[in-house]
Amino acid sequence: MIINVPTQRADFAAIAQWITRDTHVLDLGCGDGTLLHYLQSTRNVTGYGVEIDDHNVLACVNNGINVIQSDLEQGLAEFADHSFDYVVLSQTLQAMRNSERIMQEMLRVGRAGIITFPNFGYWKNRLQVLSGGMPVSQNLPYAWYDTPNIHHCTIADFEAFCAARNIHILARTVLTNGETVRLWPNFYGELAVYHFGG
Amino acid sequence: MPRSMDFKQALPLQCGTILNEYTLAYETYGTLNANASNAVLVCHALNASHHVAGIYADQPHNIGWWDNMIGPGKPLDTDRFFVICINNLGGCHGSTGPLSINPQTEQPWGGHFPMITVEDWVDAQARLADAIGIQQFAAVMGGSLGAMQALAWSIRYPSRLRHSIVIACAPNLSAQNIAFNEVARQAIMTDPDFHDGDYQQHSSAPKRGLRVARMVGHITYLSDDEMAHKFGRQLKQGDPKYTFASEFEIESYLRHQGDKFADYFDANTYLRITKALDYFDPAHAHGDNLTQAMASVEAAVLVISFTTDWRFAPARSREIVRALIDNRSRVSYAEIDAPHGHDAFLLTDSRYHQLVSRYFARIESELKP
Repeated sequence: MIINVPTQRADFAAIAQWITRDTHVLDLGCGDGTLLHYLQSTRNVTGYGVEIDDHNVLACVNNGINVIQSDLEQGLAEFADHSFDYVVLSQTLQAMRNSERIMQEMLRVGRAGIITFPNFGYWKNRLQVLSGGMPVSQNLPYAWYDTPNIHHCTIADFEAFCAARNIHILARTVLTNGETVRLWPNFYGELAVYHFGG
Repeated sequence: MPRSMDFKQALPLQCGTILNEYTLAYETYGTLNANASNAVLVCHALNASHHVAGIYADQPHNIGWWDNMIGPGKPLDTDRFFVICINNLGGCHGSTGPLSINPQTEQPWGGHFPMITVEDWVDAQARLADAIGIQQFAAVMGGSLGAMQALAWSIRYPSRLRHSIVIACAPNLSAQNIAFNEVARQAIMTDPDFHDGDYQQHSSAPKRGLRVARMVGHITYLSDDEMAHKFGRQLKQGDPKYTFASEFEIESYLRHQGDKFADYFDANTYLRITKALDYFDPAHAHGDNLTQAMASVEAAVLVISFTTDWRFAPARSREIVRALIDNRSRVSYAEIDAPHGHDAFLLTDSRYHQLVSRYFARIESELKP
């Protein structure tokens, strides 16, 4: 196993806090499988990653992670209703063309969903927009012309989105530099992590 | 080095016939380790044989059919794994088949050779594994019809393999697939030299039929784009001659492939193998529920498909993947973006070969020393 225990992804621990031991997890946009490996070793979960990129699929195979090469935009046809305890979408929502559909698919396939996304309402992002440019940061490392992120949202946007669709937010953790933010999360929070159910 | 093994223990076949004795031709590569844990069975597809890798010392041009995949330093590395490939029962490369003598009649089996299924092949392979002391394969691997055997292994002998590598496969044939096979069979069976399959006794062979059968097959192995790319509408020379001679490059390619094949392959074997393909349907005995059919699988499964394969399209591989996911089995699935159609599983493609190579590295890391 080549994977190092993740330090670069502060959201992993936040995701793991809601995942109970010995459960079945589907990780959408699983990259090289680091999160699943982390959950396997800390929570003894089983499950699969879904990934579209050839290099990431290869990395998952290398890391001994069960990976299904598939395009999330096409839905989750390979997965039966309510067949997972948790469906995780980590830092991918903002890059999805059909954000609404993937949320519905997550709740069809899983008993609960866990989602993380960079909060566009973070004060540093607001400051960059105020100063006249699109935000570029460690969490948003792309320029406007080469970014895969097409659906940015703020914590307030996401919660309004869920409320309008009867998606129940079960818990929320907001992070900045890996530290939990409690005061004015939509302003001081860089990364939002949600646990939700249908 | 080709070897063969004779079996005296009767083999009950799915069609109801019992084969009292039979011979299996096989080849091995690499060295079996002390606890026999590094054995990999490679299953062959329609026209291939047990000669899967390397060349024979006395036949430098007879290269194994999957030599780009299997050998020292290759994705399936014979310096690390003990690889075995068996000519399937009913074949025409040394294993008992229609060309062999039926001990009861002392005549060639010919048209009387029983119908063979994928499961029969797997049963026969399992007996050979017993005989050479392999209780559990590190992996069983195959492409196309070979992949169906790898799948059947994981269903039928769940504890006898740790990994199953299923490439360019389908859980059963579509009506269109069966239709192509039937055209091939009719080409053979309506050849005046067929003689109900007993053509050996008439010192003939339905070569014209077999040739057409192979031509039909070849059309289904290539993608439309690949055929356009390789041959286009190109004429062999200059302007149209308005004759039935082979003028278009694709015509001459198909005729060449057909001629070559009709010279070395046995028509009765071809008929039976196409039938084995048609009958393969593990879900059938489970009310067409593939998930139920695959509930017994214990091996980790790697499923690979190719985007331009229209014979066994990626959607068919996904049916297998879905059944494994439903059962919470260990499965990984890769869809290789390759232009070559069904044939892609035999060709060199770095993404494909890297994937297999990494997967075998993972298998190797699990081997007990």
